[in-house]
Order: sequence, then C-alpha cells, then structure tokens
Amino acid sequence: MRAYLNGNEAVAAAVKLARAEVVAAYPITPQSTIVEKIAEYIAEGSMAADYIRVESEHAALAACYGAAVTGTRVFTATSSQGLAYMFEMLHYVSGCRIPMVMAVANRGLAAPWTIWADHQDAVACRDTGWIQLYVETAQEALDTCLQAYKIAAHPEVLTPIMVCLDGYVLSHTEEIVDVPDQEAVDRFLPPYRPEYKVDTGRPYVFGVGAGPDVYPAFKFYQQQSMMKAKEVIKEIDREFANLFRRSYGGLVDPYCCSDAEVILVVMGATAGTAREVVDFMRRQGERVGLLRLRSFRPFPVEDLKELLRGAKAVAVLDRDCSFGYEGVLATEVKAALAELPARPQVAGFIGGLGGRDLTPEDLAGIFRQCLAGVRRLDKGEAIIIGGGWQK
Amino acid sequence: MIKIRELPEEELVQGSYACAGCGGILAVRLALKVLGPETVIVTTPSCLLGVTTFYPQLAFKVPCVNVTFPSTAAAVSGVAAGLRRRGKKGVKVVGLAGDGGTVDIGLQALSGALERGDNFIFICYDNEAYMNTGVQRSGATPLGARTSTTPVGSVGRGEERPKKDMLRIVAAHNIPYAATASIGYPQDYLTKVKKAMEVEGPAYIQVLSPCPPGWGYRSDLTVKLARLAVQTGQWPLAEYVNGELTVKEIRNPRPLNEYLAPQARFAHML
Ligand code: SF4
Repeated sequence: MRAYLNGNEAVAAAVKLARAEVVAAYPITPQSTIVEKIAEYIAEGSMAADYIRVESEHAALAACYGAAVTGTRVFTATSSQGLAYMFEMLHYVSGCRIPMVMAVANRGLAAPWTIWADHQDAVACRDTGWIQLYVETAQEALDTCLQAYKIAAHPEVLTPIMVCLDGYVLSHTEEIVDVPDQEAVDRFLPPYRPEYKVDTGRPYVFGVGAGPDVYPAFKFYQQQSMMKAKEVIKEIDREFANLFRRSYGGLVDPYCCSDAEVILVVMGATAGTAREVVDFMRRQGERVGLLRLRSFRPFPVEDLKELLRGAKAVAVLDRDCSFGYEGVLATEVKAALAELPARPQVAGFIGGLGGRDLTPEDLAGIFRQCLAGVRRLDKGEAIIIGGGWQK
Repeated sequence: MIKIRELPEEELVQGSYACAGCGGILAVRLALKVLGPETVIVTTPSCLLGVTTFYPQLAFKVPCVNVTFPSTAAAVSGVAAGLRRRGKKGVKVVGLAGDGGTVDIGLQALSGALERGDNFIFICYDNEAYMNTGVQRSGATPLGARTSTTPVGSVGRGEERPKKDMLRIVAAHNIPYAATASIGYPQDYLTKVKKAMEVEGPAYIQVLSPCPPGWGYRSDLTVKLARLAVQTGQWPLAEYVNGELTVKEIRNPRPLNEYLAPQARFAHML
C-alpha cells in the first residue's frame, strides 16, 4: 500500500507491522508523534500491544527492558535530552543483550535549548553498545525498523538498535511510502522468542553483578557481537531486498564514488541534498561523489577504506561536534583511513547544528574547497558552517 | 492472619553473602515464604543485589531482574506488562529496594508506577542509610543518626532532618494498600505481605530492617532492635487500606534509651 507518511508515521507503521507487544514512552519533540500514532493504533484495536505511559525516558527504557526480559518484543522512541536521560539505561539494555529497537528523532542538546535536527544526541551515545543506523528517507525509516528487529534478535548479535532519523527534516516531512503487507512482514520477521527469559520454573538473573574475573568476558562477547553485526546487517538487507525489492546497501550507501576525486561523507537526511549537488556538479564536469554512512556503530572501516581509497580528498560533514577537537565522524573516518598507503586528505566540516539548513550551496561549497586545495583543510580542526554570529 | 507454624519449610533465598544479622536479607527471606515460587523479583544495585546475584550466583530460587538504581518500579511495570502479554497469570511481580532506591533516587519511578495502578508489590527494606556504599545518609535516615555523610564533630551533630514520611507519600497516590512493618514482628509483617498479594493494584510495604555494620551494633541484636524500634515508638506499625490509615497503639512504650543505647549511630546523643 502506498501512503503519504512522514518519517515518524513511517516508524510507527513499522512498529505495528513488526508486531511490537509492549511500548513504553515519554513524549519529547520531535519524537512524540511516533508514540502518539502507536497509541492510536492500540486504541483503535489495530495493534495488540500494552502501552506503558511512563513518567520519564529513564523509566521508558527500564520498562521496555523489564518487558523484553519476559520475552516480548518492545519499542520506544526518544530525542535529545530524553536520550541523554536514558544514557544509564542504554548500557543496561545493551549489556543484558536485549534486542530492542528504539527510534531516535535526532535533535540538538541544550543549552541553548533547541528542538531542531542535529546528531549530537545519538553521537554522544556512541559507546553505549547500541547499534546505530542513520536513515535518509521515511521509506528507509520504515524499512530499517523492520530490518532492525531482525538484526537485533539475530542469535549472534543480540544487541539493541537505534534507528536515527533527523528531527523535522525527516520526522515531520511527508513523502510517498510503500507500506508492506502484514503477511509479507510476518514472513520476514518471525515472533521474538528468546532462549533466556523470565520464567518462574527456570529462574535466571538479568543484570547480574560481575567481578573483575568475569566482567571482561561479558564485554568481550559484546564486542564480538557488534563486529559480527556488520555482516548480519548486510545479510538482512539482502534478505529484505529479495522480499521487498528495496535495499540500502547495508552499512554504507555510496553514490558516484568509483571515479570521484572528492567524496563527501555524511549521515542522515543531508544525503538527499548531497545527491542533488553531486548530480549538478557532475553535469559541470566535476568528479565528486557521496558516501552516506548508514551504520555508525558498528563502524564500517573496511567499506570506507575500499570506497574512499581512490579519492584525492574526503570531506566529512558532521552534524555534531566533539568540543575541543572536531566532528566525531571526521575523526573516525581519518582513523579508518590511516593505514592506507596513499591515504586521501580528510577535511572535517560541521554543519546543520540545531536545525540550521544545509543548503545545496553549503554542500557545493564543501566540494569546491576540497577540489581547490585540500591540504590547507587537513588540520584536525573542523570548519563550522554558519559559525560565529551572522552579520 | 499468617500462622508462623504454617509457613513453608522451603527457602527461596539460599546462599547469600549478606552480613551475619542482616535485617534486609531476613525481610526478603521471610517475604518469599509467603509470596511463594510464582514470583519475579525486580531489584536494583544495593546490598541486596550485591549479596544475592553476583555472577554466577543466584541466591533466589525465583527469577530476578536487576535494573538501574532509579528505575526499580519502572522495570516492575515492564515485567508485569510482559508477563501479561505472555499470558502468564498468577505470577507476582515484586519490586525490592532499599530505602535509598525507594525514597530517594527511586521515588520518581515508584510514583509513576503507583499512579498507573499496575498490579505489583513494592517492598522497601529500610535500613535507614546507604549501606552498600558505606553508610551514607538517605532520606530515610532518622534525626540525629551518625552516618558517613552526617558525621559527628564539633559542629556536626549527625542527621539534621527528620525521616521522610514515605507512607504518607505513597498513600497520597490513592493506592489500595500500604503498610509499615518490622522484621521484629514477623507475623504482622507477613500478614501484611499476604494482604498486599490479595489486593488488585499496587501495594507498598516498608519494612524496618536493621543493619549491624551500618547502625553499629552486635549482629545478634537485629531482631531485638527491630522490636525495640516499635516498642519505643520510633517505628509505628501502620496500615493504609483503601484510604484509611490505622496505626498500632503502643500501650506501655519502653524508654527510648533501650533502643538507642546499643547503636553506635546514636552514641553522641546519649
Ligand atoms: S551492610 Fe547491612 S544491609 Fe548490607 S548486607 Fe550487611 S547487614 Fe545487610
């Protein structure tokens, strides 16, 4: 069925199709309409789930965790301060290997107080042991949520997933979305029936304490599963493509990279604009390309090396900042390429903070600066687009 | 009324690392005799967790879900919803937290769960300070008590504020059942656990659970002090049922000194 849906509605549709059984959420802009829509589904009887109206985001994740350990499929969504408030619980959920899916409608963090798009919230949760997938369109948001449930629950992964969609730019913008049939989704995504669950006949403890003798083992297996997830994400994207005829390439989504002199690396909805800019500049004879990073964790080092090795320069556009250094993604791309014998120059840019528009001119400007003289830019210091008070 | 003689022999708590004379573990051990094996415990980093569920140990013969310090009651709601979805009827979901995890950091989540009216029992084993981290004061520390963060010196005179009135706070949520109890009065305590099991909706029990190292007394005095707290009027046995609060009258209260004197935490007051 084709429908006009915004990103949040697309996520809600996916959660319903995935037959999530317990949803716990606390409202925060621009996430709220996801869980409002789910509440509507439950109220009208089209979705059989328990909706727990919690008093905070911390509780939302704790309630989802509690429900998940009984063997139910759960969902929550958040943004910005809400995600920051969940930080402690994020580690609990990943450490207990709960295959949960959470939508993050990305938004900047206060202060200054803001409600608009920015990746600082999710990027700051990089090391919480969650897989992070950034999507470009509402269609991809829907499809990725379905994939995410399957990836997360893969026996060799058992890791929670954040599906990250840019606030407003994606969360509140409508597009035509192909909503798959329930039967097809049921074929793709079997019910969640974990091996270990709360069962009074077979008592287990979830969230056990661990001393220095065993703690590293827990973390070792967590890391191994995260690395394994790279393969599983690709595999499940292929499986999804066979059934639904749509694929996002797994970890990365390259565009015109094979012969490009300058490649721009981005995450999220900016890729849409960037693709237009690439087309425009290609028509002018400039050899530029785009690499959209879909999976921020696990980080696709191999794919980046492979796709970026031929470029003269790589521009990384971050929608976040690691204050005192540069954009987080810029550092990571540099590290990934460090071992290449003739590694391309990497220039870091920071843009779109707190919902500032990233215009085609901004992106074309990045390409042009890199085409003109990359060496000047490769200083471990990002250029902040729109930085300084506007005159 | 619970008959102590009729309690099952079976222990659902075995092999914990609790200190000798720990009132907290006794409170849990006794409660589980009434709650029975069809119980799921939700707990939080605390003495209780530290002594019962350290890998690969599980001192409970029932499932135990441990969650972050602020979120016991939120996880309780999740477990209850999950079991409902799985069609598991008759399984009791019991939140267990110390006083810090209940009256301080856990209060927001507890308030949320009480207000939602979920069907669960929340037992606070109140030892009147943060024992697991080395006896720091909590909102449940009584007036005057010495703790490591309310030390006694030329200026400091121990805890400066009276104990938080948690029973009235939970009762203000209009829940069907709330009570205070003491491990020194097991029959009264376990009867309250039984009543809590029988109500529909949230039930709250705050049970005084003395702690030998935290309070500074000989470990064989736990039950005696738990009784003296009641007999000296320091720990009223109260019950709140469907909007009505009743407090057990103490006919001939014992002198306060009998309760305070054996405890190092009150030594500077005598
Ligand atoms: S410190 Fe106190 S509460 Fe903790 S185990 Fe020992 S006696 Fe029990």
